[in-house]
Amino acid sequence: MAKTIEEINEKIRKGKAVVLTAEEIIDYAAEKGMKRAAQEVDVVTTGTFGPMCSSGAYFNVGHSKPRIKLGGGKTYLNDVPTYTGFAAVDFFLGATAMPDDDPRNKIFPGKFAYGGAYVIEELVAGKDVRLTATAYGTDCYPRKTLETYISLKDMNEAVLLDIRNAYQNYNVAVNLSEKVIYTYMGVLQPKMGNANYCSAGQLSPLLNDPYFRTIGVGTRIFLGGGVGYVVGNGTQHNPGVKRTEGGVPKAPSGTLCVTGDLKMMNPKWLRGTSYTGYGVTLTIGIGVPIPILNEEILRYTAVRDEEIFAQVVDYSDAYPQCIPGSIGEVNYKQLKSGRIMVQGKEIPTAGLSSYIKAREIARTLKEWIETGKFLLTQPVELLPSADSGIVFKTLKERPIKKDK
Amino acid sequence: MQKKRIVLRYPPHLVDQPVISRLVKDYDLMVNIMRARITPKEEGRLVLELTGKRAGMEAGFKYLSDIGVEVQPLAQDVKWHEDRCTHCTACISICPTKALDVNRINMEVSFKRDKCIACELCIPVCPYQAMEILF
Repeated sequence: MAKTIEEINEKIRKGKAVVLTAEEIIDYAAEKGMKRAAQEVDVVTTGTFGPMCSSGAYFNVGHSKPRIKLGGGKTYLNDVPTYTGFAAVDFFLGATAMPDDDPRNKIFPGKFAYGGAYVIEELVAGKDVRLTATAYGTDCYPRKTLETYISLKDMNEAVLLDIRNAYQNYNVAVNLSEKVIYTYMGVLQPKMGNANYCSAGQLSPLLNDPYFRTIGVGTRIFLGGGVGYVVGNGTQHNPGVKRTEGGVPKAPSGTLCVTGDLKMMNPKWLRGTSYTGYGVTLTIGIGVPIPILNEEILRYTAVRDEEIFAQVVDYSDAYPQCIPGSIGEVNYKQLKSGRIMVQGKEIPTAGLSSYIKAREIARTLKEWIETGKFLLTQPVELLPSADSGIVFKTLKERPIKKDK
Repeated sequence: MQKKRIVLRYPPHLVDQPVISRLVKDYDLMVNIMRARITPKEEGRLVLELTGKRAGMEAGFKYLSDIGVEVQPLAQDVKWHEDRCTHCTACISICPTKALDVNRINMEVSFKRDKCIACELCIPVCPYQAMEILF
């Protein structure tokens, strides 16, 4: 019998909801059968804790006396530049932004020891950061410079806004070349010396709802240790990729755009991260609750690592040159065993997404729901799915004609 | 027989002396050199694994300290900051001695000091600066 979100919420309020993590549901469904499990279980919780570059936060720092118009000038937090193309005291800090004087890759490989993601982590930890700005000055905003310490509690708003998080599946990165390469998928040894993957697999949010039957605009989630919401699909949302018989995408597919109040978050789940030779990023904890409205949804949440396949991609040539194709296909059970076989070669594997932390997130969200602290939401609109006709475009360059 | 992993720091005036040969010949120690380098100020640094009888080991250490070589256990120089580690496992495939390893049942990363040879391969691989080597 199908359930509604309102019925599930009623059970949560009464402390009677049956909640399992995406890991626990596997054995439970195997034991009880899909039909019975779908009747008995109300919510399955998921989790992921991995690097997510398209993340950032916007702030309103309050008006100084006299007033300053940060918009159109330059504004920094701990020397990390922010985007000020808004009204007077609003600005956006990107996770991958770095200080102007960071040497980048001038001495290769660069360390990328500090950037926007670290500022976000420090702010969430309650620390003071340096706000420095220069402005052009107007009649109504006469001030031209500003230098002050500021912390999260001093600000009016501090909001995490990530335009692409929680990728539904990802590539497995290898290096076919003769030299070490430094990528956003980690340090890759020559001649397929190692293979790096980045997904929580059977615990990963979007892999447990592969067609977005329950996740959509307004879905309440665990975000950075606090409560956040799904804004909509993330950028590069690409639900049209090849899928397994069970409906699981076999390549990077759906993504989420998410938001949440930074003041409610915890630095344990928002970590500044540095990829040698590549750059700075933010490692974020996200957990999405999946309401078990019917047997089909339950069946998706019971997905196992061995049923989720990823493509092995060469990051020395194919990826940088944007040449499509895969040199092998492996599943997450194999990836998590520490060894995979690609083109007849056994390769050691390593993850970039922490499975143990993903499990902790799924368990935390489970506890929030069981104790009535967290209610589910009815999405305003579901995310575009496999039938949406979305085509993932590469950039077609059209040379700009020079005026004579 | 004993086995010890140590870091030797040579002052500049000893850099051209056959110190290791004497450990082998005079004190009957087996030496496995894991790392060796001379720093810009011509100070020498050696990471060694010594194997030998207790008496030879003790006499060898006395010889080293008498000529002015500083001896330190390797373990002191390598740090795993557990609070910074997210257990992502990025370091696991790179660590040649499995000093950094993961329990495949619960996917928890651990660091076993006594297996570390201070090769430093984990340093650029860890995105969270959880590994630190203080040379």
